[in-house]
Amino acid sequence: MPSQARKLRVCALYPDLMNIYADRGNLIVLERRCAWRGIGFQLNVCGMGEQLDSDGSDLFYLGGGQDRDQLLCAADLVSFKRAALHRAADRGAVVLGVCGGYQLLGHSYVVGEQEITGVGLVDVHTVRAAAPRLIGNIAIEVQLEQQSPPRVLAGFENHGGRTHLGAHAEPLGRVLKGHGNDGTSGYEGVRRANVIGTYLHGPLLPKNAWFADWLIAAALGVQPRDLGELPDDELESQAHASALRAAGM
Amino acid sequence: MGASLELKLTLARWLGRLSRVRGGGATTAPGKLLMRLQPRAIEELGARLSRGSVLISATNGKTTTAAMFAGILAETGVSVVHNQAGANMAGGIASTLLAAARPKDAIAGEIGLFEVDEFWLERIAAELHPRAILLNNLFRDQLDRYGELETIADRWALSVQSGPARDARLVLNADDPLIADLGRARADASSADAPLYFGVEDPSLAQAGMAHAADAKHCRNCGAPYVFEHVFLGHLGHYYCPNCGQRRPTPLVSASEVTLEGVRSARFMLRTPSGERPVSLALPGLYNVYNALAAAALATALEIPLADIVAGLQGTEAAFGRAETVTLADRPMQILLIKNPAGANEVLRTLALEAGEHDLLGVLNDNTADGRDVSWIWDADFELLADRVRRVTCSGTRAADLAVRLKYAGVESSRIHVDMNLKKALSSAAADIAPGSGAPLYALPTYTAMLSLRELLVARGEARSAWS
Repeated sequence: MPSQARKLRVCALYPDLMNIYADRGNLIVLERRCAWRGIGFQLNVCGMGEQLDSDGSDLFYLGGGQDRDQLLCAADLVSFKRAALHRAADRGAVVLGVCGGYQLLGHSYVVGEQEITGVGLVDVHTVRAAAPRLIGNIAIEVQLEQQSPPRVLAGFENHGGRTHLGAHAEPLGRVLKGHGNDGTSGYEGVRRANVIGTYLHGPLLPKNAWFADWLIAAALGVQPRDLGELPDDELESQAHASALRAAGM
Repeated sequence: MGASLELKLTLARWLGRLSRVRGGGATTAPGKLLMRLQPRAIEELGARLSRGSVLISATNGKTTTAAMFAGILAETGVSVVHNQAGANMAGGIASTLLAAARPKDAIAGEIGLFEVDEFWLERIAAELHPRAILLNNLFRDQLDRYGELETIADRWALSVQSGPARDARLVLNADDPLIADLGRARADASSADAPLYFGVEDPSLAQAGMAHAADAKHCRNCGAPYVFEHVFLGHLGHYYCPNCGQRRPTPLVSASEVTLEGVRSARFMLRTPSGERPVSLALPGLYNVYNALAAAALATALEIPLADIVAGLQGTEAAFGRAETVTLADRPMQILLIKNPAGANEVLRTLALEAGEHDLLGVLNDNTADGRDVSWIWDADFELLADRVRRVTCSGTRAADLAVRLKYAGVESSRIHVDMNLKKALSSAAADIAPGSGAPLYALPTYTAMLSLRELLVARGEARSAWS
């Protein structure tokens, strides 16, 4: 395998501010699963006030933050990073927005009188509901490849915002257990080619190792089967099963 | 309902006992029943305490700090009504007061000492009108239950400025910006009512940088990022705001010359307005130094003599499940509660001070009292122990999640054993010991896992009942 030549370059956006639910777990999983396959790994960090290099990374990660931090990041994203994120997405890089990061990938997030502008990578908008937060374990069914059977993502959601898909938006998946985007539509997340947003927050990749591999493959521009199975994924399978059980599956 | 309070007390006791027999919550059921019969029962029973009440809240260390303060009170001879089993919401506090209530408007104790859940502080303060409130720290905890940190900080700020806690003397951790800021609105108070701050004055303890899970990055006054000169633990340290000039208050009660002695003990020099004394704690880690400082500061606010403070602190043993040691068949087992990243990191740092490879029993539950969301384990630095694990047994409802965390922290998978059944996990973990080593087993359970572990140990005859 020519794997020695391959390297995954990941850009973590605001890793100090947008890390409320231990989002760094996702980065650790990507790093380890590359290392075990002999794939190089480079972590780039892009913080407040910094320009984003759209060609410098293959996968851009934006996690969740506290309200105050999310507000700061939203303004910074729009000022400094929106154009570069669009260029990156247009050339097929993976952009993964999780929880608050998902909300910021859309057009806007309305909280009371205030409207926070997002980067508009996906056709969704979010409204903070005057209703209880949507909290709990969640399982969704996703079909990332046309030709392969649907698979399940399991995780935990905790969001006050209700996200609504625009006319041109496709959801990431269908809710099997839990609330999803708005608690009523039965949809969860959003997907436009390699741009993905989801409310399955924080460390979702440790509970869904198969999805970590899918992201790595998509970011490298190869098929997931070309990455090869890891010989020892037993604990990961058990953790996936445990998250499914917690969701009531 | 026209029945007298006495009658309702009796009824609540009786029904509470009944529900306990049927397997209900042992420590909260009578109080919950009482509040249904008498909604302001906490206020009415609390008013019987001749020396009033003090409240303790924090994300971490509530139970241990309260135990230390109870130890100090014992030295002074003042009798106390204390929710020592750690049931710290209204039901638990009402149960504690109910158990202490005596006929003819009497109560078996002079002062009330209550640890209070972060989100119940307002409500309990409104009923007990406490003399003093001790606030020790705010870390990210069970976000599925508690909302975000800033939300709690905002609620507390409102409560101490204009809400039910506005008349209480505040005892605040100067090193936690979220806590210290609560005193800002009272800065102009006369010295007797001014907040009493405590903090660590030992730069040698400083960590290299902010831990990644550090939670208080922005000035509560103006929103600019704080500058930290020293970080001791999580986001606790010495800091200032370069924009508005807000800075860590100078503590009146402080610890210097801190020495951490592995998982067993810690020593420091305690400084108060009445002098300084060396203190030897029978509890490990910097987090327990903070708990001791907090208890000493509260005692200082109540004008308790320094000699009693030192004696009380030194006499305090591990609270239930917090660094408690039991003996399994032929090896010691130390139970170190882990329930959120900041607390877990201190436990892991403390374990890393011990030489050699460790045997661990990690028990991760996701019951309501643990937080249903187990994401937090990825904010805890298990990497600190990754190359120091001889064997780790993972158990609990989310055993596999913990196993994956350890694997990705760098523990070889051959050293990781998973068994969701705690009884079997305990047996196999206890039995696998390096020959002739007598090495301890370190159990790291979440809250409900700690309760289950204690039950198993009691059943094996290796620990006293928690509720004795």
